[in-house]
Amino acid sequence: MEKNLHVKTMADFAAEGKEPEVLFWVGCAGSFDDRAKKITKAFVKILNSINVDFAVLGTEESCTGDPAKRSGNEFLFQMQAMTNIEVLNSYDVKTIVTTCPHCFNTIKNEYPSLGGKFKVLHHTQFLNNLLKEGRLKIEGGEYKGKKITYHDPCYLGRANNEYNAPRELIKKLELELIEMKRCKSNGLCCGAGGAQMFKDAEKGDKEINIERTEEALETKTSVIAAGCPFCNTMISDGVKAKEKEKDVKVLDIVELIVTAQDL
Amino acid sequence: MFEYLPNIIFVVVLFLGLYFFSRNLHRLYRNINLGKQIDVSDNKKQRFINMSKIALGQGKLIKRPISGFLHVVVYVGFIIINIELLEIILDGILGSHRLFSSYMGSFYGYLIGTFEFLAVSVLLAVSVFWIRRNVIKLKRFFGDNMKGWPKNDANIILYFEVVLMVLFITMNATDLKFQEMNSGNLISGYIYGFFSDYSIESLHLIERASWWAHIIGILIFMNYLYFSKHLHILLAFPNTYFAKLNNIGEIDNLNSVTKEVKLMMDPETAFSNDVSESDEIDKFGSSDVMDLNRLQLLNSYSCTECGRCTSVCPANITGKKLSPRKIMMDTRDRIEEVGKNIDLNNGNFIDDGKTLLNDYITKEELWACTSCNACVQECPISIDPLSIILDMRRYLVMEESSAPLELNNMMSNIENNGAPWPYNQMDRLNWKE
Ligand code: SF4
Ligand code: SF4
Repeated sequence: MEKNLHVKTMADFAAEGKEPEVLFWVGCAGSFDDRAKKITKAFVKILNSINVDFAVLGTEESCTGDPAKRSGNEFLFQMQAMTNIEVLNSYDVKTIVTTCPHCFNTIKNEYPSLGGKFKVLHHTQFLNNLLKEGRLKIEGGEYKGKKITYHDPCYLGRANNEYNAPRELIKKLELELIEMKRCKSNGLCCGAGGAQMFKDAEKGDKEINIERTEEALETKTSVIAAGCPFCNTMISDGVKAKEKEKDVKVLDIVELIVTAQDL
Repeated sequence: MFEYLPNIIFVVVLFLGLYFFSRNLHRLYRNINLGKQIDVSDNKKQRFINMSKIALGQGKLIKRPISGFLHVVVYVGFIIINIELLEIILDGILGSHRLFSSYMGSFYGYLIGTFEFLAVSVLLAVSVFWIRRNVIKLKRFFGDNMKGWPKNDANIILYFEVVLMVLFITMNATDLKFQEMNSGNLISGYIYGFFSDYSIESLHLIERASWWAHIIGILIFMNYLYFSKHLHILLAFPNTYFAKLNNIGEIDNLNSVTKEVKLMMDPETAFSNDVSESDEIDKFGSSDVMDLNRLQLLNSYSCTECGRCTSVCPANITGKKLSPRKIMMDTRDRIEEVGKNIDLNNGNFIDDGKTLLNDYITKEELWACTSCNACVQECPISIDPLSIILDMRRYLVMEESSAPLELNNMMSNIENNGAPWPYNQMDRLNWKE
């Protein structure tokens, strides 16, 4: 039943002498992490279903440098950034869409002064635009009418002031959104940012992802939606730790769309 | 000659008050300038708007409605009542009594009436503040380093306000001439009743005493500011003006690093031009206050110690040592220590073997931050504790190579295979399968 994904690289396009409409920046999690790969695929399915002419960098993509920068390794960050910018500029890339708010923030805000000036969109923003242009149609499906809560990724929300795009999509899916106590600009971090994803937490009385998951569970919804592969991992782990994985699903918004549209 | 004695004393007192105040301001300016220069000359219009909204308009305080409302009361009261200060000063110098009353006619009554109303509102608001701090013991006013001076400071200022307001009302209530005008004695008119069996002489004495105590109190208050979190009533303005304008998610790219990375990536240019121009290699990141920039130091002096940042910090909420408020308070304590060191050593800083890193802020605190920006978002006067945390991490990583082992692994993965995990870059498209 799994349809073949149609994915071309920048190099493929260049060989054909063509330019894609948009570059999909997959990111490290989206490329390698088993859970996040599903999100990548879901997004591609949507793009394929409405014939968006997109490309990926494939093996020419490399880490944006975000975790290095936020660990304090400015050298490594700038090396990564400049290498990536060189590749992107060599293909004359203008618009980038990404499923990872960390990649989004870094390319959008920190690449310009190093010579990388692109229009950068988070996948929820990109899909919203398609929706407005009438190219994408979304309606309620399997989850229609169900209660859902949405976790704002720090690097999409607070960092870049995007609270609406994901919520618009949820509305289109005809889901009932129950907000957590701390949402939007008050949203609580999942615990992964600032390179915390890659290390154990300092001593304390609780893990941050547990604190956040408990809050999400308080909404008594059957789905916790997120828009970031790292948040997804952290909250999925939280749900597991709370032994709720039977009742509560942690899904990216694109996965909800894919199920609803039966793609 | 004798009749001018009060005028002379007044001028001397006023002069002393202003002299010490300007000395404090000068010290403040000098200390902030110990930090690195930072270019904040862009976009003046937006900066002005931010300052008007956030500092003048108290735009971010409304987020917590109760404390926000009370704060507006105290703030508006404070500013408006200070108009009265002008009259007090002129009276003091000229030896006049309620100089403005003869020029303003009935408007004078309205003005003083407003002041009295505000004074009572301030008293009420301050009482609630005191109760929140000392009876209800709101969580954000405690924890980390809110002991000793910071704790007393918060209460002292409340008492100060109470005393000043009470003196203001008493001064009006015992002022026979003012009470006879019977306009503007909105509150003091009632208090006047308490003094009905006092003789004219003792009334006059109380009035004079309150008047003097009030103005001297204000001068002391002014000089107290430098040592208090209440410096924010002045610094909130420059602080919000100079605050970062870009998306808060953006972290600045270090120029010194850009230069080096460019040389590394393109060795040809390394030899072709401006190598000679390479100014003294900066230290990367910050281990002490002099490595921070001036905005960060201004931030530390502006901090109101309100704890909003800490109360939303995910690390702090889950019991980690990190507290963004403590980062700001430590920075201020250290820059003060450095400033004193300079004062004692004729203008030179003599190494005291201490640094902001380790002696004030520990690595454990620094590594607990998720860079979530909640603290930055929450701060009512646009302070950025995260930028200090990151600059110190930069020092730890680039100068000391002392990141936690797991982060070192993550970074060497990025260096070797372009991902934080040990996967091969050539496998980047394998998700497709
Ligand atoms: S950015 Fe760091 S210090 Fe600030 S709230 Fe988040 S975790 Fe706490
Ligand atoms: S940094 Fe801002 S929020 Fe935090 S204590 Fe200081 S003034 Fe309050």
